[in-house]
Amino acid sequence: MDKEYVGFAALPNQLHRKSVKKGFDFTLMVAGESGLGKSTLINSLFLTNLYEDRQVPDAGARTTQTLTIERRGVEIEEGGIKVKLTLVDTPGFGDSVDCSNCWLPVVRFIEEQFEQYLRDESGLNRKNIQDSRVHCCLYFISPFGRGLRPLDVAFLRAVHEKVNIIPVIGKADALMPRETQVLKQKIRDQLKEEEINIYQFPECDSDEDEEFKKQNEEMKGSIPFAVVGSCEVVRDGGTRPVRGRRYSWGTVEVENPHHCDFLNLRRMLVQTHLQDLKEVTHDLLYEGYRARCLQSLARPGARDRTSRSKLSRQSATEIPLPMLPLADTEKLIREKDEELRRMQEMLEKMQAQMQQSQAQSEQSDSL
Amino acid sequence: MSELVPEPRPKPVVPMKPVSINSSLLGYIGIDTIIEQMRKKTMKTGFDFNIMVVGQSGLGKSTLVNTLFKSQVSRKASSWSREEKIPKTVEIKAIGHVIEEGGVKMKLTVIDTPGFGDQINNENCWEPIEKYINEQYEKFLKEEVNISRKKRIPDTRVHCCLYFISPTGHSLRPLDLEFMRHLSKVVNIIPVIAKADTMTLEEKAEFKQRVRKELEVNGIEFYPQKEFDEDLEDKTENDKIRQESMPFAVVGSDKEYQVNGKRVLGRKTPWGIIEVENLNHCEFALLRDFVIRTHLQDLKEVTHNIHYETYRAKRLNDNGGLPPVSVDTEESHDSNP
Repeated sequence: MDKEYVGFAALPNQLHRKSVKKGFDFTLMVAGESGLGKSTLINSLFLTNLYEDRQVPDAGARTTQTLTIERRGVEIEEGGIKVKLTLVDTPGFGDSVDCSNCWLPVVRFIEEQFEQYLRDESGLNRKNIQDSRVHCCLYFISPFGRGLRPLDVAFLRAVHEKVNIIPVIGKADALMPRETQVLKQKIRDQLKEEEINIYQFPECDSDEDEEFKKQNEEMKGSIPFAVVGSCEVVRDGGTRPVRGRRYSWGTVEVENPHHCDFLNLRRMLVQTHLQDLKEVTHDLLYEGYRARCLQSLARPGARDRTSRSKLSRQSATEIPLPMLPLADTEKLIREKDEELRRMQEMLEKMQAQMQQSQAQSEQSDSL
Repeated sequence: MSELVPEPRPKPVVPMKPVSINSSLLGYIGIDTIIEQMRKKTMKTGFDFNIMVVGQSGLGKSTLVNTLFKSQVSRKASSWSREEKIPKTVEIKAIGHVIEEGGVKMKLTVIDTPGFGDQINNENCWEPIEKYINEQYEKFLKEEVNISRKKRIPDTRVHCCLYFISPTGHSLRPLDLEFMRHLSKVVNIIPVIAKADTMTLEEKAEFKQRVRKELEVNGIEFYPQKEFDEDLEDKTENDKIRQESMPFAVVGSDKEYQVNGKRVLGRKTPWGIIEVENLNHCEFALLRDFVIRTHLQDLKEVTHNIHYETYRAKRLNDNGGLPPVSVDTEESHDSNP
């Protein structure tokens, strides 16, 4: 009986269609010492050659290099869905003899994206907000150490409340299976001890099937992911070609779950939790930033120095906006004036139309 | 004097020009038995060897030393409990063992340097190491300078320093350069690429090439140093090692597995077993032969004749001379600022 059928069950489909048309934005940051296979892994994950023309500096050059933040964009399309992937790289991290505070530029970068979003959100023209916030940070841990190093701990402590962290053990083919287990446990213990919050997988809904639940549990249990990346296809005569690394004693297959956790990472990052990572970034991390930011602006005693003078004219009832540099403010004011004028014109037109139709109806009435 | 008279390495026997007297008439003299006599003496007295290992934690230093000397001479810190944290400064830990093989006794001392390169700020982390090395030279100097010297001065000088390079596949790290730049002038440094089972053959070759070039560009002379080659034979042999084999890309292990019916030291992974002593897999055997089987004596000689002498000369020039000679006085250490 169609009487009961209202029709909003089709909403997910509508959302889906809209998103597909709009496409997805995703910003992924990779961090960790150089030489842990970060670039190779990214290329393996997204089947791209983002780092093809990269020049690796030698030690002499690295002595003088400071940490830089690099962004690379790539559009990936699969099954009709477009993903605009932005990769944020942090070359120079952990290279110097003295790495004190080398994580500060990274923290600053993450906060700047939040700042930008906060401004856009508080502005008037919100139709085309560009979301450049960092949705996920893959942090690479060395397989050669004995767990997290002091630098790892310092970095993670600095960013864990600002970005979703997924810890990853790079170049995991350096480890025998037992060593991998020991290292993973050590890292998990250290993360707990240092009270570092990494990205938590959401629990499965109770109505998911057993297979999915099992997979989910397995994935959660294998964090930090021990990964191996490769962009080379190895053809061992007889067997099918696989992506892997060929050694004299055997070939590591990147996509073999017995060899490394690459498949788990890919499934988790790309196939099942891409949307959740964005949501957590928005609902939890960004909101946290926003609350902190607004609180510090609203409280008179706790206002930060830069906004003190600019806020003195605002009344207490207004929600203070984060201040922009002067030139931008001018531009914004002009833009908003334009909009207001247009809206006024439209209103006037509508009023005129209404008056006309009223006049007409009066005439017809009197006839 | 030291336990073994540091003579120049015995040169290959030079055939004598035929003397007018037909020596065969006089019979066999027996000069060539000197080698046998020396050998017997060495076996009786045994010898010292002091090897230092330097590198970030987790690079397999202790495992490699244990594999080199086929015994547990280095305590592995692989199972750090929660209480045992990474030391805040570089510590120097020297552990001695006596190993015997074929009637020859070796007093081996392994000097570990936990904490090197592990901090966030690693500036000058090589200083404690340099200080330790110089202290051993100082100790030896004091003994040498005594009026009544011991028959065999205990030799605690560092004969060889294995420096572990992380197998990033890119290049050396600034810290690697800094360390080797400072220390290659006071001790024999043998750079070693640790945990080399993460690199394929091509990656290994490329990395080694890049490392060699970087060391050259930065004027770092690792052992065997070019300037100490004594003759052409040495030069050709060492050139080959310097330009092709070094730095040795090694893998260490203390576990045995069965491969083709033999028990071998190795690492077992789901994709294969890495055999430590298989030259197709890694260069451990080359390192072992180099350090122990062919160049052990030379390492000691270079340490004594060159590094120690450099230190001694410097001490003689500074402060207008050596510390006052006495039989058993405790000299103050601040005579050498």
